Formats: sequence, C-alpha cells, structure tokens
Amino acid sequence: MKIFKTAFCALIAYASLLASNLSMAADAAVSAVAPASAVAPVVAAVAAAPAEVPLNWHAIIMFVLFVAITLVITYWAATHTKTASDFYAAGRGITGLQNGMAIAGDYMSAASFLGIAALVYFNGFYGLLFSVGWLVGWPIILFLIAERLRNLGKFTYADVVSFRLKQGPVRTMAAISSLIVVIWYLIGQAVGAGQLLHTLVPQISYRESIVIVGALIIIYVTFGGMKATTWVQIIKAGLLLGGATMMAIGVMAHEDFSFAKLFTDAVAAHPKHIAIMQSVVPIGAKANPIESISLGLTLMFGTAGLPHILMRFFTVTDAKAARKSVLYGTCFIGFFYVLTFIIGFGAIVLVANNPAYVADISKSVLNLKGGGSMPAVYLSHALGGDFFLGFIAAVAFATILAVVSGLTLAGASALSHDIYANVIMKGTATEKQEVWMSKMMVIGLGILAVILGIAFEKQNVAYIVALTFSIAACTNFPILVLSIFWRGLTTRGAVLGGYTGIFGSIGLLIIGPTVWTKVLAMGPAIFPYDFPTFVVLPAVLIVAYIASVTDSSESGNKERAAYDAQLIRAETGLGAEIGVSH
Amino acid sequence: MSLLIASKIQSNPKYLQLVGRRDTLSWTLSAIVCVMYFGFILLIAFAPGVLTQPIAADSVIPVGMLAGVGVIVVSCILTGVYVYKANTVFDPIVNEIVREASK
Repeated sequence: MKIFKTAFCALIAYASLLASNLSMAADAAVSAVAPASAVAPVVAAVAAAPAEVPLNWHAIIMFVLFVAITLVITYWAATHTKTASDFYAAGRGITGLQNGMAIAGDYMSAASFLGIAALVYFNGFYGLLFSVGWLVGWPIILFLIAERLRNLGKFTYADVVSFRLKQGPVRTMAAISSLIVVIWYLIGQAVGAGQLLHTLVPQISYRESIVIVGALIIIYVTFGGMKATTWVQIIKAGLLLGGATMMAIGVMAHEDFSFAKLFTDAVAAHPKHIAIMQSVVPIGAKANPIESISLGLTLMFGTAGLPHILMRFFTVTDAKAARKSVLYGTCFIGFFYVLTFIIGFGAIVLVANNPAYVADISKSVLNLKGGGSMPAVYLSHALGGDFFLGFIAAVAFATILAVVSGLTLAGASALSHDIYANVIMKGTATEKQEVWMSKMMVIGLGILAVILGIAFEKQNVAYIVALTFSIAACTNFPILVLSIFWRGLTTRGAVLGGYTGIFGSIGLLIIGPTVWTKVLAMGPAIFPYDFPTFVVLPAVLIVAYIASVTDSSESGNKERAAYDAQLIRAETGLGAEIGVSH
Repeated sequence: MSLLIASKIQSNPKYLQLVGRRDTLSWTLSAIVCVMYFGFILLIAFAPGVLTQPIAADSVIPVGMLAGVGVIVVSCILTGVYVYKANTVFDPIVNEIVREASK
C-alpha cells in the first residue's frame, strides 16, 4: 500500500501543477474551413516526428521513476516466486480490489486511451461505440464466466475447456488461438510503443524504443512472474485513472464545468461541425448496418475471450474474490471510458486549430504533428504544459508495459502449461521444469515481440484490433461458454468448433477490405466486411453443436457423463485450486 | 472430491435449487445487457436518426450520447446487482451444501 501512497502524493503534486498551468491553456479558434480526410486508426499509427525537438526531460524522469519502482517490485516479487502457482497466478493471493485494479490495468491499453480519444477527436460521437462495446463484455464475463473459471481452472482458460475433454487436441486448439491473439496483440502494442516513445522523445529511435520495452518485459515477467505483472498493472491503472481524471477535470474547468458548453464549443471548433454529433460511422464513411452489428458483436464477446484477461481470474483467492474483482474492474473501466470521451471532445476544443500541434493548418485543422494517436497527448500539453505532457507520456508508456507484461505471461503459459506440460509431457513434467520452460518462453516471446515490432514498423497495423478481437470472440468465448454450460459438448465439437473460429476469422479477415484491399492491394475485397464475427460466431456454434450431438463415441459419452462432477466443482468450488489469504 | 461427497451434493435439493437460481440470474442479467447493448447497436445500424436527434431543440447533444453513457452506467449497476445477490443469497447456500456434504 506504500506504493499507492507514493503514487497518490505524486498525483496530488501534479494536480496542483496542472491547476497553475491551466491559465496557459490555448483557446480554440472557431473558424475552421479545411476538410479533414483522416480517420483515426484504433491502433496507434504515428509518423516520425521532426528531429529538432528538445529532449523531453519531464517524460524521461517520470518514466525512469516508474521503471525504478517497478523494478524494485520485480525484485520483491522474485524473492516470493517459488512455485508454479506463484509464477502463473501470484500464489492465488491477490484480493478482489487488487485484481480489479490489475484487470483495469491489463485491459485499458494505449489503444483504448489514445485510440478512443483519437476516434472521438476525428469522428465525435462514433468513438462512443467503442467505449460502450469494450465495456459491455465485462458484465457478461461476471455473469457467465469469472467464478466458474476460477473454480474449474488452474492457470489458463484451456484448463477449463479441457476439464472433462481430451487434453491433447483441446489444449492444442486453445493454445493456438491464445497464441495467435497474444502474438498479434503484442505486435500492435510493440509498434505502438515504438512509435509513441520515438515521437515523444525523438532522441530515442523506433528500434531502441521497442528494445527497451522488450527488455523490461522480459525482466518483469521472467523474474517476477504474475506477482510483478499484477503490481505493474495495478500501479499503471492508478496512474492512468489519475492522469485521465486530471485531464478530464482540466477540460471541464476550461469549459466552466458545463457539458453543454463543451459539446457546443467542440461542434464549433471541428471542421465537420454538427456532423460529429450525428454520424454513427466514421465521418465520411458510408452507413453499413451489418458492419455496425458485427463490430458490436466483436467488441463485446472479444473482451470476454482475451486469454490475458481470463488468466487474471486464477490469481485471486476464491470465486468470491473473482466476482468482486470484476465489479471493481468494470467500474474503473467504465469510469475511464467516460473520461476518454471527455478527453476526445476536449482535444477538439483545445488541440484542433492550434498551430502548435497541427501539422499543416492550411491543409487541415485536425491532422496533428506526430500522427493520428496524438490528440490526448497534445491535450495534456494544452492543459498543463511540458510537465503534464511528460506525465501523460510516461503514463502511456507504462500502459504499454503493463499490457505487454500480461500478454507475454498469457502467451508463455499457453506454451509451457498447455503445450509443453500437458500435451507434450502429458502431465509428467515437474513443476520446476514447467516454470523453467515458461521463463524460456517469456524470453522467446519478448524477443519475438521485438523482432516483429521492428518488422512491422512501416506496415499498416490497423487490422490488428479486428483480428485479435475476432478470434477471441469467435473461438475462445463460445468454446469456453459451451464447455461450462453445455453438458453435450464433446472433444470433437470443441476442437472442430474452435478451428472453425480460428480459420474462419483469419480467412475472412484476409479476404476482407482491410487486408485484401489496403494491405495486400489486391483490389475490391471478396468478403466486404472488416469484422467477420457476425458470420463466424454462429458458424462456430453450429459446428460445435452438430459435431457434438453426432458424436456417439464411447469417449464422447464419458465426457458428457463427466459434466456432473464439473458442474459441482464449478458451482460449489469444491476441489478448486486453493488460494492463500494474506 | 470423493464420489460419496459428489453423490451427497447431487441428491441435495438445495444444490439443484442453487444451480437453477444462479443460472436464472446469470442468464437473465446477461440477456438484459445484450438486449440493451444490441438495441443500441441495432438503432445505430438501422435507425440512426433516433439516436442522432438532439436531446433538446437548443442543444447539440444527441440522444445516442446519453443512451451510450446509459449503457455503460447500467452495466456497472448490473454487475453490482449480481455481486450483491451472490454475496447475500448464493454464498450462504453454497456453504450449507458443502457443510452438509462433508458431514
């Protein structure tokens, strides 16, 4: 708790500074003529910044401070990490509130902070769809998954799916889908980290930025395991919530604490004026009902199938703590998304039309120096000068580190716990061997993230959110829910359904507009939708159903019969992995 | 978990009642969230005019903005409802079932 106190003292200090700087906040010019063609990508896509920028000392000092604190925590965590349960699940000693913060820290990525603010900045109301979609998965996780997952599983969600099914094929399928989600998510985060750090501190190159991220992640996760990861996420969540709250208060103070004034000023300042309140698609895009529905499905159910999020439920003491942690997490995340919305509109008022931030004001009053994900970053400068900009930059970077830590650990656990210990060694590996293997996998994934992050520097990575959330929504989520609630699910149904989800999502994404037309430049897309979930999710359910009910094998019957024992454990927690309470 | 305990639990009417009641609550709340959210999404898809009209003649704020924030707030409240129910109703029943089974 000392860490919390320190962090809060720091936040209060920043808050007072922010107040003194508010008077410097730039007023927005009202006359806007030039049309803006840009549609903000959800994943940070930042161009190189001019080189003559002075060294951003505030950001560097705050970032170094964050790294120093987290390394001390990692040292502490390393001395308390001995067993596999310590390494993967923080010894199951995390409380509900702590896990709620860590969930928020794991989930609120730089893409949702900078990305939603940027979506709102460019498109107004449309950005709210992402806030809502990314939140509504959480109640579903609570009502259907969290407690049962905690009662049935050990370290990975594949533990739950394979609880009464055949270990080999089911774990392999689940691990493949987890790894695809984790690796692509990692690429998105690594590219975002490299671009962000390089833009904010141009003296550090793109490659150096990614190497720094990779090295820190490997240190955190190999030495400190889930304990270090959890505390990095908790501190980051505190910093991000604190920073976003101060920005939102700054915006509202500038707008006399009146939402009516904020939105009226934003409509006046934005080159599209009232259209930003009336467009339910990206401004300039054609209305597409099917795409809107598919996007809605993907955001909601994708959240409930992210392996690094599901893994967090194994860190708490029992089902009750798992339940509480979702309540806290949902409230933190919901609060945060409302803040990002205010921040986005605040950026329209304070950042657009400001020659200090806009790249070429004669061409567009919206397009910013440093690219499409910068509105929130510049807003911090408009509100609190270099000091607050440095703070928000450090927070954004901390955000990436926390998310990448969680992802790396989830990927490593799929490889070591599912593939190595249960598929290859068939449960004969010792705990020591499994943890050792896991650490090697962390190092491997860390290096892979660095290599891929560098390889994808100039690539269009806008499809990554669609890819990862689609696979999570079409594979992990339906198979997990079926295995928990449907007695009839057999190995055949789970495996065929799972692969339908994996290959269906990837296949349709490749022939969809983003990859086929924009990345591969192959002309008009064969499948005309960016988000394939509305086709693939029903297909997965149908395949899993038919493959299960037509499965009359003896093993299939045994698997159905084993459902009773699974249900007792899921409902009562009898036989669940025991947690420790501190 | 021994077979004896398992069979004791399965024949305990409280257990069947627990599973039924918790499933009902879980799926009802999930259905509420889905109806609310997909209602919002379907309006966006097929009747955006409903959501984009301003809340008042002299305001720029569209109805959809309040609806969207409303979905977020109601989601948070419903998670609270579930946790409250689980803490006060289901946990005591679970404890009873486990105690009776291990007797």
